[in-house]
Amino acid sequence: MGMKDTGGRTPAHVFDTLALADSPVHRLDPRVKIVATLAFIVAVMSFNRYELVALTPFLLFPAVLFSLSALPARPLLTAVCAAAPFALMVGMFNPVFDHRVIGHIAGIEVSAGWVSFASILMRFLLTVGAALLLVATTGMYRTAMALERLAVPRVFVLQILFVWRYLFVLGDEAAALNRGRVLRSFGRPAGVRLFGRLAGGLLLRTLDRAMRIHRAMLARGFDGTVRFLGDLRLRPADVVFCGGWCLAFAVMRLVNLPRLLGQLLTGAFS
Amino acid sequence: MSHHRVEMRDLEFAYPDGTKVLQGVTALVTHGESVAVVGANGAGKSTLLLLLSGCLLPTAGEIRIGDVPLSAGTVATIRRSVGMVFQHADDQLFMPTVLEDAAFGPLNQGLPAAEVRAAALRSLEAVDGAHLKDRPPYRLSYGEKRIAAIGAVLACSPDVLLMDEPSADLDPVHRRKLIGLLGTFAHTKIIATHDLDLALDVCGRTVVLHDGRVAADGPTATLLADRGLLAANGLDLPLRLQGCPVCGGSGSAD
Repeated sequence: MGMKDTGGRTPAHVFDTLALADSPVHRLDPRVKIVATLAFIVAVMSFNRYELVALTPFLLFPAVLFSLSALPARPLLTAVCAAAPFALMVGMFNPVFDHRVIGHIAGIEVSAGWVSFASILMRFLLTVGAALLLVATTGMYRTAMALERLAVPRVFVLQILFVWRYLFVLGDEAAALNRGRVLRSFGRPAGVRLFGRLAGGLLLRTLDRAMRIHRAMLARGFDGTVRFLGDLRLRPADVVFCGGWCLAFAVMRLVNLPRLLGQLLTGAFS
Repeated sequence: MSHHRVEMRDLEFAYPDGTKVLQGVTALVTHGESVAVVGANGAGKSTLLLLLSGCLLPTAGEIRIGDVPLSAGTVATIRRSVGMVFQHADDQLFMPTVLEDAAFGPLNQGLPAAEVRAAALRSLEAVDGAHLKDRPPYRLSYGEKRIAAIGAVLACSPDVLLMDEPSADLDPVHRRKLIGLLGTFAHTKIIATHDLDLALDVCGRTVVLHDGRVAADGPTATLLADRGLLAANGLDLPLRLQGCPVCGGSGSAD
């Protein structure tokens, strides 16, 4: 098991760091970002399973957010790739079982299975991309704060914050453990047995560490309710952002824009 | 009534596996006193601080902070007057930025939002850490983390400050700064440390723990110059009281 030493930096560290940057997207009220992202996800997921073409206009949302936020592409792409196997697993058998021919591209038959597979991947890319952009431009803390202000149950908000915090702990401890192993294994890979022991050790270490953190929280008066610093203020730009995008999603959902464009073009030429 | 008084009477503590850590610790720390708790590894220093901060409850004996006896029922009240700086700053800093971390305590105390921010900023300024306010804790050096952790505890305006190994992990310059800083605090302080020179600088009184018992309790200058006492308790003279390794001159202890 040749794990790379990242100094304990997990994707959680990376995303929280990205969120510290400043851009028009970073400055938006996290609540409107959450609402717009949710509306986006609902719109994208509401298409039928064979829809592919009508989904393409939705690429605009993540593309605009990405370019305005000036985030580096690499961490986002890494995170999308890390989640990709789940989408591949969900869709991989569609081409095997669904052989109905539903069209031709350059004389090659296209089966419904392949179209639905492509549709799943497209939807995965859109929704995961949008969610990652939300966290990368907002940070988990402010996302959680906005969720709480949006009347999401506090228990749920607390869970999100704790799981996020646990990722940091897990990263630190895994890096320390792995370093200890690498420095004394002289290039020999860890076998399954050693890996099992390391995993067990990691669990115990993180539990221990989590307990110490919990103690430190209690010592500063934590009573099970998470309280946030600062208030959120809705500016005109936030309302325009949210309203504009929701309207755009509605149009993209109800009108098949690529087909309309095609019809217009073919109409113009004929 | 003063919240600044800490009384320990026949304090005992054993972990669930039966390991006895404290076996009858009695001491009284009065208003504004600064007390060093020293002793070999495993002597019970950290456990004593965990008990005083209400993280653990004693198996026997009594703790009183001010006039309030510490128990499961009073621990929330007591935590308002007792601030604990833990040994590992990493365990203490868990918010995304230093300012939000410093605001964590005051928010839990129910202060209004504007005052929370002011209190957090004020305490960061008090530890000379205001420039760290927007930084994420995991990007700080150990010295900066320590400063942020102390600032975050001060933001809760405690009457009693408990510190576990405050100078561990610090480079000489940050350690010197910390000692200067601790000297400016008017709080009642109980500091568990291996850094006997820090004890000499900051604490007028020292309690020596040995195997969970108080081996000595008295003025720091006297106890920490007593080579025999220190040796018997797994300690050594503070560096500045030891002989000079270059010129061979004897330290000021002899």
